[in-house]
Amino acid sequence: MDEKVTREIFPRDSRKSYGLVELMKKTAPIVRKEPEDTVYVWPNLLMIEIICAILVTVGLMVLIQFEHAPLRSLADPSTTPNPMRAPWYFLGLQELLVYFDPWYAGVVLPGMIILGLMLFPYLDVNPKGVGYYTYSERKFAVFNYSFGFAIWWITIIIGTYLRGLDWQWYWPWSNHLEHMNPALVTLIPLHLIFVNWFHVSEGVGKLFTDVIFIGYFALGTLIPMVVWKPMYKAMGLWRYLTFSFFFLSMMGVALKIILRLLFNIKYVLVTPWINI
Amino acid sequence: MLQKLKNGIVDSQIFKSVFRHGYPDNDLDRAYAIFSNVFLHVHPVKVRRSALRMRYTFCLGGITLLLFIILAVTGIWLMFYYTPYTGLAYRNIKDLQFVIFGGNLMRDLHRFAAHGMVLFVWLHMTRVFLTGAYKAPREFNWIVGVVLLVNTLVLSWTGYLLPWDQLAYWAVTVGAKMASYTPFIGQNGPWGPQLGFLPTNDIMFMLLGGTVVGQNALIRFYVLHCVVLPLVVTVFLAVHFWRIRKDGFSGPL
Ligand code: HEM
Repeated sequence: MDEKVTREIFPRDSRKSYGLVELMKKTAPIVRKEPEDTVYVWPNLLMIEIICAILVTVGLMVLIQFEHAPLRSLADPSTTPNPMRAPWYFLGLQELLVYFDPWYAGVVLPGMIILGLMLFPYLDVNPKGVGYYTYSERKFAVFNYSFGFAIWWITIIIGTYLRGLDWQWYWPWSNHLEHMNPALVTLIPLHLIFVNWFHVSEGVGKLFTDVIFIGYFALGTLIPMVVWKPMYKAMGLWRYLTFSFFFLSMMGVALKIILRLLFNIKYVLVTPWINI
Repeated sequence: MLQKLKNGIVDSQIFKSVFRHGYPDNDLDRAYAIFSNVFLHVHPVKVRRSALRMRYTFCLGGITLLLFIILAVTGIWLMFYYTPYTGLAYRNIKDLQFVIFGGNLMRDLHRFAAHGMVLFVWLHMTRVFLTGAYKAPREFNWIVGVVLLVNTLVLSWTGYLLPWDQLAYWAVTVGAKMASYTPFIGQNGPWGPQLGFLPTNDIMFMLLGGTVVGQNALIRFYVLHCVVLPLVVTVFLAVHFWRIRKDGFSGPL
């Protein structure tokens, strides 16, 4: 019998501190699982845990024979190391500073990553794929997680291996001791490109970029609502809007990285208060 | 001989008073061994045979926990030699490197276990994600997990300052500078100055206890790193494990 039936026969009552948990058709204390199939934690599971612990400890011991904790010279507020690298797990965020202003790359985006991760279970309405590895039954969820962390790891790799003096792009075979000439790359905001192309005023150029920016989020939200109607129906309006916002923001990060690296675009959106 | 010795120990009043059960070579005592022990009782008494399959969890959560324990032990050891004072901190670390017996070992263990914990917490999260273990009814434990992830990162970052070398100083200077760009409450953030936030009263000032990374920042990071954050992690870990038991493990049925 399922929980619903149990609740009908024995309704929960807040005046009682005890109650029947559930009615079951079987005789075993564990239901829906074969009783014969269980084993004692001592020694079966504990043994695995101990072996695992020993292996990790030994691995750590071996590692520190080859690598040692670094210690540079005494902290000196008057000389900044160049390049200044954050610890590896923050290098992705540091690398994002190339593509976005600090308020976005350093504060808003990390906040959105944390919030987005927390919301993930509430936005993923697909009930399939609990308790086993599967890609085919939940392609889209796996895609989202992988895409986000691909950005995370790729920017870490760029920050570790491809950045040198003044946080410029250095190939492994470039001379890492020579400063690059920053004048080689001129960064321009997107609206100035429109100004050049269409010979319009700056104000009109900015209007174009505003439309593109808002259009990206508006169409990015509306088109899937129509094209993937079942998905939208399954999620419901608010869940879908939340998801869409996070999804488009994540894709936006990737788009901005491409625009900046390939076309030297500094900002897509320019407003008197914030630039993105 | 050995058997006799074992029996002698197991039947002694001392053993009985400590463990309150016999040697776990039978089912009853095996059950007692788990649920009458404060450390082991995070486990159920019995698990499904298939839950033992290594290729499901790869022990990743357990390894993260182990690394956290190693960090706590080596960290407390390091605390005996460390002074959170800008004039001494660096020299304390040098002493650990060159003078104190086992200093290098403990420092290396602490440092690499920290790197490892960041890596394994991510691997564990990825495992949980790929097995769909965050779905109902385990949504909340996933949130607890994200809190643990963030705490792990902040723990690493606060610890980074303590050696007070160039690496430490500048990593934290640059990181803390980010705080000053926080919208509304940072001196450099959008709408920060308009709302009256200055270098002397904004969020970065609060974080560092000053306008630059100095003595106040060091003591703040020290207390956060050695007391506050480990406690927060411990509390959330307790909730995390409790919830695994209450929500049920997602493993293969
Ligand atoms: C300090 C960090 C953490 C520790 C020590 C830890 C430890 C553990 C352990 C020992 C388990 C049991 C199963 C296993 O080993 O995989 C577990 C399960 C779980 N963890 Fe964590 N965890 C941590 C962080 C996280 C994070 C960052 C997340 C996700 C964002 C997370 C989400 C979960 C969930 C949902 C389960 C239940 C899995 C299931 O039922 O299959 N944990 N954790």
